[in-house]
Amino acid sequence: MPDLLLELFSEEIPARMQARAADDLRRLVTERLVEAGLVYEGAKAFATPRRLALFVQGVPARQPDLREERKGPRVGAPAAAVQGFLKAAGLASLDEAHIQRDPKKGDFYVALVEKAGRPAIDVLAEILPVVVRTFPWPKSMRWGSGRLTWVRPLHSIVATFGPETEDPDIVPFSVDGLAAGDVTRGHRFLAPEPFQVRHFDDYVRKLEQAKVVLDPARRKDIILHEARQLAFAQGLELVEDEALLDEVAGLVEWPVALMGSFEPAFLAIPPEVIRTTIRNNQKCFVVREREQEKLAPKFLLVANIEATDGGAAIVSGNERVIRARLSDAKFFYETDLKTRLEDGLEKFKTIVFHEKLGTQSDRIERIERLAAELAPQILPNASEAEKAELVAKAKRAARLCKADLLTEVVGEFPELQGLMGKYYALAQSEDESVAAACEEHYKPLGPNDRVPADPVSVAVALADKIDTLVGFWAIDEKPTGSKDPYALRRAALGVIRLILENSKRVNLTSILIEHSDRFPKHDWASTVFGLLDFIGDRLKVQLRDQGARHDLVDAVFLQGIRSAQKIPGTENVRDLLLIVRRVEALGQFLESDDGKNLLAGYKRATNIIRIEEKRDKTSYQGAPDPELYRQAEEWELARAIDIAKDDANAAVAREDFAAAMRAMAVLRPHVDAFFDKVTVNVDGGGEEKKLRENRLRLLNQIRAATLAVADFSKIEG
Amino acid sequence: MASSPLPPHMRPERSFQGLILALQRYWADYGCVILQPYDMEVGAGTFHPATTLRALGPHAWNAAYVQPSRRPKDGRYGENPNRLQHYYQYQVILKPSPPDIQDLYLKSLAAIGIDSALHDIRFVEDDWESPTLGAWGLGWECWCDGMEVSQFTYFQQVAGFECAPVSGELTYGLERIAMYVQGVDRVFDLNFNGRDDSRRVTYGDVFLQAEQEFSRHNFEHADTGMLFEQFRMAESACRKYLDAGWTDGNKGRHLMALPAYDQCIKASHVFNLLDARGVISVTERQSYILRVRELAKACGEAWLATAGGGAA
Repeated sequence: MPDLLLELFSEEIPARMQARAADDLRRLVTERLVEAGLVYEGAKAFATPRRLALFVQGVPARQPDLREERKGPRVGAPAAAVQGFLKAAGLASLDEAHIQRDPKKGDFYVALVEKAGRPAIDVLAEILPVVVRTFPWPKSMRWGSGRLTWVRPLHSIVATFGPETEDPDIVPFSVDGLAAGDVTRGHRFLAPEPFQVRHFDDYVRKLEQAKVVLDPARRKDIILHEARQLAFAQGLELVEDEALLDEVAGLVEWPVALMGSFEPAFLAIPPEVIRTTIRNNQKCFVVREREQEKLAPKFLLVANIEATDGGAAIVSGNERVIRARLSDAKFFYETDLKTRLEDGLEKFKTIVFHEKLGTQSDRIERIERLAAELAPQILPNASEAEKAELVAKAKRAARLCKADLLTEVVGEFPELQGLMGKYYALAQSEDESVAAACEEHYKPLGPNDRVPADPVSVAVALADKIDTLVGFWAIDEKPTGSKDPYALRRAALGVIRLILENSKRVNLTSILIEHSDRFPKHDWASTVFGLLDFIGDRLKVQLRDQGARHDLVDAVFLQGIRSAQKIPGTENVRDLLLIVRRVEALGQFLESDDGKNLLAGYKRATNIIRIEEKRDKTSYQGAPDPELYRQAEEWELARAIDIAKDDANAAVAREDFAAAMRAMAVLRPHVDAFFDKVTVNVDGGGEEKKLRENRLRLLNQIRAATLAVADFSKIEG
Repeated sequence: MASSPLPPHMRPERSFQGLILALQRYWADYGCVILQPYDMEVGAGTFHPATTLRALGPHAWNAAYVQPSRRPKDGRYGENPNRLQHYYQYQVILKPSPPDIQDLYLKSLAAIGIDSALHDIRFVEDDWESPTLGAWGLGWECWCDGMEVSQFTYFQQVAGFECAPVSGELTYGLERIAMYVQGVDRVFDLNFNGRDDSRRVTYGDVFLQAEQEFSRHNFEHADTGMLFEQFRMAESACRKYLDAGWTDGNKGRHLMALPAYDQCIKASHVFNLLDARGVISVTERQSYILRVRELAKACGEAWLATAGGGAA
């Protein structure tokens, strides 16, 4: 079967758009092929800085023929209706139509329309120009006097189609005067002459001869391999960087790795600053001493050409630029070191954090107070003196943690915020935990980022995030749908992870209520409870992402979150850690035989009650009457329920959820025995009616008892 | 281009003015109109009416020129090796952008001694936007061995109007390129006239004092009262000339687009000075930029109603 080769050759495509564009090209062409009944065998797309290429293998040479019956008007229908039918079905006269008998509604005409499948190449000639014209570039442009839009000017199109064994045909189409053909060009500098290509294999081979590596994955391999080799030859190690590798592979068609150096004196600058300078501005890799963190005074650049002098001029040019960049960085760093962090804080009074949330200075003040309140909860068992010390450090860290935003280095490289704070704090001899918190209070920056463990960092990190959350809730700037411009989901997840992964007991409700007072003009109740629900939702998402069963999460949440709304701030019920422990204990319990059987018994009991309550139009809540127990199994179940409830409540009170679950397990044989031996729905009136009602009330107690650990009705299975 | 070998002091890799002359010859030979700098203070070569206004309307236009550019905030009292509050841009505008514009650009680099067989030349994504001009375009930063040497832009919109045909704009950072080809690390050490004997003149000889004096002026002494007044006057003069220029109520023809645009340029530069003096707050800043953009848009509209702008 024939294959399609398509190449769209243009001026330099931004590196960050290439992978997505290749994927879009494959998807758009193949979707349309399938829609047209052309089911292909395989498709692959590639991108270089100057071309998008698509290879679709095994496309049928023709569309399948279509046969379709088209129903027409009744026999004897008015002439106009008949003419309309003939025209629509493409028939010359009624002789070409069949008559279908229908004794009920009357006979009618039927036309058999046969549509011969078209050659695939004709279909492609229709599909491809549409794909080019409607291509979803994130930003596209016009050029010259044309109207066509593309990411950068489009220069030529290769579109060949044919079986591997024959010379392919050119798919006949053109877009805005640009006709598809079979001629492309190689590397801009190394092989600029045009050449003819046939099939995909031929295309890839000729491109390679013309110094173009088509496949981005191969370019990455070449870069990585060469860079590692060059580093290894010097006894050094490449500092690998996947995002940079992707970008660099999108900047070259013929990668050539080269090594350059800079003056070792620059190593006095923090390594992250060196790396960011070299990476962001020059798109070069840094290297380190083998098996050490220490950077070496070298860098690896990836050129797009094999230079006639072996790259000497390229290396020396890059060295000059990097030297100038590092000089700037060194100057910024040294300038920053001349001022103490707190000396800059005054400036925050004039910098607006958010129009409705005041200045950065206001914000820092709030974070400082909140961190001081949170700190003792982070180390609940510490002595008063230790707590006081922690509070003092948390306050100091909160005060300093944003100060690096005003430094030269962070002004130049915003992504180094926090880290520079740590360096500058250490340089001015701050306590190590305080310095660490300057960096770590931003963490975790997402589901995979590290969660800080130092109590000072935890307190300030929580304060920073809670202040953001409460503030934006107070001014009603909550995330909606996919819009979350202030990264509030991330902040909430940060709060959750800080608490859970450090196993901290934090009374979120009272903290939020307290902190919400620091914002003017808002309804504290809707702020606090809205935010608690939001955090609860994020916790659910988080637990589910970690593989917890969503039904168990729901079963416990009803217990842990919603029921507490009635008595806000009075209890420690909205304790994220307890909720999670309970979910875990419930999960383990339900894995055991006792758990499975108890759940089965619970379901059986609630089913019976539900049916009977519906039939009797009444409720069987309320305590059963022991006077009406007639069988031993009733007595025993009632006793077991009492014991289980008491034990479970006691265990919950001491936060031993496994024990609470074990307490529930005691119920199981009694529930089983009850269903074995006792008839619930005894027939008859009078005494029998009373017995039946009492037994239903007893069954209902099973439901009531299990509520001590979870809402079993939410559990599936 | 057939030319006799240049004497050493005229060669672009030895002489700053030699570099400029090489570019002038190259683009003159291509067929550009070689213009002289616009006689007003501007922040970039793009402000020259030969770019901003000529980019609008249907007529073909190919021009090249050196434009002294003022960025009051970038002054460093002559102490920074490559930051200047006054520097030269070499500006080329080709309308409509020819299909071989990238090759033309690369050949111009060859003309100033940058050989693409020896140097790693790249086109790195860079979207250009000028909020004050209401303009944007797509293109690249052009890198030579890791250094940005030019900006390359396909204008999509200027003064709020779509550009059709599209102009290709090339902007060479002359000092940077000269530093690169001369192998100099400090801009003031550039050899300006290519002489190595007692007749040698450096960039510092020409401009260092100016950098020091204008830095003092831009940051410390520029008369802000006068500047606020000048901004207001330029803005109102621009509006006045625009109003007076329309020949009728239907805005069919305009007779004073260029004088009005001069006042827009003036307002823009005065704003830059006020900004450097630090007397414009963050929120005010946005509103000043908007005021200049409104002038630029109105001037663009007027230009399109002139012969140069393609009005019948």
